[in-house]
Amino acid sequence: MAVEDYLRMEKLPHIWCPGCGHGIVMGAITRAIEKNGWDKNKVVVVSGIGCSSRAPGYMDFDTLHTLHGRAIPFAAGVKMANPELHVIVITGDGDGAAIGGNHLIHACRRNVGLNIVLLNNSIYGMTSGQYSPLTPEGALATTSPYGNIDPAFDLCNLAMGSGANFVARGTAYHIHKLIDYISQGFENPGFSFIEAISQCPTNFGRRNKQRTGLEMMKWQRDNSVDFKKAQTMSAEELKGKFITGIFCDREDKEYTEKYRQLVEQFQEGSN
Amino acid sequence: MTEKILMKGNEAIAEAGIRVGCRYFFGYPITPQNELPAYMSRRLPEVQGTFLQAESEVAAINMVYGAAGAGGRVMTSSSSPGISLKQEGISYLAGSELPCVIVNITRGGPGLGGIQPAQSDYFQATRGGGHGDYYTPVLAPQSVQEAVDLTMDAFDIADKYRNPVLVLGDGMIGQMMEPVEFKKEITPDQLPEKKWATNGAAGRKPNIINSLRLQPEKLEELNLKLQEKYMAMKKAEVRYETDNIEDAEYILVAFGTTARIVKSAADMAREVGMKVGIIRPITLFPFPEDVIAKASEKARFILTVEMSLGQMVEDVRLSAKGRCPVYFQGRTGGVVPKPGEILDNLKRLAGGGK
Repeated sequence: MAVEDYLRMEKLPHIWCPGCGHGIVMGAITRAIEKNGWDKNKVVVVSGIGCSSRAPGYMDFDTLHTLHGRAIPFAAGVKMANPELHVIVITGDGDGAAIGGNHLIHACRRNVGLNIVLLNNSIYGMTSGQYSPLTPEGALATTSPYGNIDPAFDLCNLAMGSGANFVARGTAYHIHKLIDYISQGFENPGFSFIEAISQCPTNFGRRNKQRTGLEMMKWQRDNSVDFKKAQTMSAEELKGKFITGIFCDREDKEYTEKYRQLVEQFQEGSN
Repeated sequence: MTEKILMKGNEAIAEAGIRVGCRYFFGYPITPQNELPAYMSRRLPEVQGTFLQAESEVAAINMVYGAAGAGGRVMTSSSSPGISLKQEGISYLAGSELPCVIVNITRGGPGLGGIQPAQSDYFQATRGGGHGDYYTPVLAPQSVQEAVDLTMDAFDIADKYRNPVLVLGDGMIGQMMEPVEFKKEITPDQLPEKKWATNGAAGRKPNIINSLRLQPEKLEELNLKLQEKYMAMKKAEVRYETDNIEDAEYILVAFGTTARIVKSAADMAREVGMKVGIIRPITLFPFPEDVIAKASEKARFILTVEMSLGQMVEDVRLSAKGRCPVYFQGRTGGVVPKPGEILDNLKRLAGGGK
């Protein structure tokens, strides 16, 4: 069982607020690991700072809780030092897309074999609800009391454009699909980026007419459009919707593998 | 104008900035200072100002550099780990001689630490903080009212010396609510023109703001000029408060939140007949060396109390120059010392304990 085997049961119950989607996504990650049949002792989970980054505290693997925004460079260090490991990064929209945005695009570009799950709850939850780069325009936050005027990133487009091998977006509501996306992404040897739409009723929903986790999950259900179906829809029809599914699953060579080959030529030369 | 209102420290600091013409604020979320940017995001548009939540503390401090360069009164705030991120920018601001106000609502460290009040950023604050040979004036309030007054003064000091100024609070000052009054009301149009600003070169030669001096002699020249400013600050800007030091045999030295606790301990000590006085540095740079030096001539000992494991005590020792023993007592990691602990220690030390 993924839950008992992969969670630090003594650390539970978790600190996430009632209605939060993060526990669902963390559960999906453990189930994907189980599905892939990975050796538990070859898995390292890395996080930065924020609500999402509390997940590794509950996950019973070797875990690193690092600096705000810097989980990806830490994880790259882990992977470069030991390419045999399955390195997972759990990050959020503030941690991964704001302060860590630069690191994200460069890790994509290098195609380092990291497995990123970015929990997008559209807000800085831990610090009480400031707007993030994924807060929708017009939304209310503690630092956008008159409505957010910043446009949001499309992180999947960003990751694809930056060179990630595998890119997908799922939701806490579509849990089985989410497990599949994570599982498939984790199997890709290159850089995998999975955006998981999660809900924060406490610091996003209650300021934006979605008072409960349930209401927010219904919103996920009603506003997500599958990638294939989206291709048949007009821009007008897609307005206010978001696209889910696997956007790419490429086979470009992974970075530590490329580096191994580089090193190999010297080993041959010295013989 | 003199109406007293009940405000949280973080919000009061923000309002104080606005009342002296600060119209630009760039920040990033971090506990325990979140109310400060949130307040600015609500208030600045009302006064034709600009609030922007940056993508990181590094971006925020560089936006501060830009707005300061453009001649505006500008402010940023953060807490310890975020202030560490800003240090590169602060060094450049000092090197480029740009005025701005930086608020550190200190929390316990090192690393991520915690979110409770601490004073363990004293070294970072008083030794420049970033790379290079520079200082920033550091103002350390002990109450919400003083946080307001010092924030207002911080903008004047910054403009006077063209130098960043740090307001060093802590989680207690930031989160606590106290009655405050705002004694000044200055709008940007009342402030003197900054002729050096890069705000459009119409009718004058273009201005240059930078800290790069490739020729060693030129860089030395800049550094000597900066040093002159720091010397001038040491002459004109030292602030402190003393309490009952005239007849004191024992001197307590503390700043900020800890000074309030020390006051309770000193009152308790006086009740049991111990002649205890307090020196409270208000500016941590420049440090009130002279008053401590003078006190050290007749005190039996000085006890420095901090919410750290001993940082300001080094400056106290440098000031006392061995004329009397200087002891240290501190709690750290977000633990706030209690007056009783300090009293017990005072009694023990007065009884000859070490």
